[in-house]
Amino acid sequence: MDPIGLLFYLVAFLIFGGIYAILCLALNVQWGFGGLFNAGIAGFFAVGAYTSALLTAQPSETHVGGFELPVPLGILAAAMTAGITGWAVARICIRLKSDYLAMASIGIAEILRMVIVNEDWLTNGSLGITNIPRPFDGLVEGRAADILFLAVVWVIVAIIYIICNRLYDSPWGRTLRAVRDNEDAARAVGKDVDAFRLQTFVIGAALMGVAGALSAHYFRFLSPEATEPLLITFLVWVMLMAGGSGNNKGAILGALSVWAIWSMTEIFANRLPAELATRSSYIRMLLIGLLLQFVLQKYRSGLLPERSPGIIFDKEEDKTDG
Amino acid sequence: MIEFINFYLVPGLALGSIYALGAIGISMIFGILRFAHFAHGDVMTLGAYATLTAVWALGLHPLLALPVGIAFAILAALLVDRVFYKPLRELPTIYTVIASFGVALIFRSSVQLIWGSQNEVFIRGVQKPLVVFDLFRVSLLHVESIAIIVLSAIALHYFLSRTRTGRSMRAVSDNPELARVAGLDTEKVVRSTWIIGASLAAIAGVLAGLDTNIQPNLGWNLILPMFAAAILGGIGKPMGALLGGMVIGLIEELSSYPWITDEPLINPSYKTATAFFIMVVLLIFRPQGLLRGRLF
Repeated sequence: MDPIGLLFYLVAFLIFGGIYAILCLALNVQWGFGGLFNAGIAGFFAVGAYTSALLTAQPSETHVGGFELPVPLGILAAAMTAGITGWAVARICIRLKSDYLAMASIGIAEILRMVIVNEDWLTNGSLGITNIPRPFDGLVEGRAADILFLAVVWVIVAIIYIICNRLYDSPWGRTLRAVRDNEDAARAVGKDVDAFRLQTFVIGAALMGVAGALSAHYFRFLSPEATEPLLITFLVWVMLMAGGSGNNKGAILGALSVWAIWSMTEIFANRLPAELATRSSYIRMLLIGLLLQFVLQKYRSGLLPERSPGIIFDKEEDKTDG
Repeated sequence: MIEFINFYLVPGLALGSIYALGAIGISMIFGILRFAHFAHGDVMTLGAYATLTAVWALGLHPLLALPVGIAFAILAALLVDRVFYKPLRELPTIYTVIASFGVALIFRSSVQLIWGSQNEVFIRGVQKPLVVFDLFRVSLLHVESIAIIVLSAIALHYFLSRTRTGRSMRAVSDNPELARVAGLDTEKVVRSTWIIGASLAAIAGVLAGLDTNIQPNLGWNLILPMFAAAILGGIGKPMGALLGGMVIGLIEELSSYPWITDEPLINPSYKTATAFFIMVVLLIFRPQGLLRGRLF
């Protein structure tokens, strides 16, 4: 492989790695901080992707819009619609215990999927939306545009990482962990458990929407296949479990390492003889499924386990209290 | 009216039988092992493919080749329980739920590896419907499905109320601590749960495969209606799951009947959404289900 080709392979790897990092951070807010089992990640991802795609694409007769709005506005709107969807879902099922929340969130994600496939007037059904712009389109030409997009993605990852870290350390995050670890105790000290869970769910869903929007802009094309639950929901769960739930750095590391395994097996599969190569994607899924079992049994806290911040105790200020 | 029976009621009951057979297993596993088994649909798929292989190899009718599928599904279920679920049993059940997602993926990709991902059919060609009194035209398969669910219901009732193992299963489901203190062999109960759950799942898989065709997502596509059925019946209540399955199957088929105008009440492409919708509504308003199942 020539060095230029390798470089652009790496760029493509890191762009999608970044999108997965956002999904993983989002799931970390919901599951790692709040202990909410969201099995409908693909649903929020899809809502975000379609919102931003429809708002920014060129006008077309086959679907609603496009409205040719600037891309940043599309991404913001994606966060909002995904957040609102998350709010509606959370309003309905936040009180449910883990297994039931998993069923309800999968169910809702499947209904969203059906709407996307069947409502041609809105989404152009399985034919999808074309001509979705990227941010700073026209600024650079050709393959350099990929590098620019890579920068955009990772700037967004960095912003979300900082937000998530602040959330984790804040009194809000501390309360949330209390709710996660001992709901009754949190309730007993007067915390509104359901409100905290609702907020967590909405924040996570909004971030998933952003990831969806970025993937639509990256491919410049969006069809229901891009929101395949296996590639979104399942892979992200494996990433977070492997990276370390509750740890934001772990979420990013998990996303990149599992994505590396996933991509590397693809390169490996391309070198296989033809009759095996067609089945290679199944070997890949089998491997990911086994990896999850391995992580669950041996490395339950992940590569970077959660570390709660110690209590910062300022002796100077404390003197006044005696 | 005849059209209603031929095209909506009987297919609804047949679909309901498939859901019911799957939901009984889900409900029992949830009741005894206390987790939502997301790989149950893929146990169905495994059973269907194993039966298909027997059909190819021995040239039998799919329903006669069923024992092969059942045996294979039981083996697979016992194996994953031993290797993947048992080590997590002392932890919060949510880890087992996550593991079951992984097992679902492992099952599905194994099926794709071994049998490929193209559509297969048990019996080629168009099946002639049964015609009764020149009025009722129903497919033979639908009659078979309904007969199988009736037989399974009788057998299951007998097993749960008359045999020692069946009674200890109910005891563990109702109160695991008390059952353990009373000296019941919990591991044996767990094994029986998997054996029954997997057998019924394999039957359901073959029926579903006969109804349409066999493909790797066969069971996964049915998992949500089956969860809906298990919740509707009340978790941990096998007879409730049976009832729930029939109700969900009927509602799905009847939802596209032209009840009010000449148009179908609900666009047939949203047929499956009705099951999800019922499930979500149930989870919010009556999570204990019709027969007062347990809540975890």
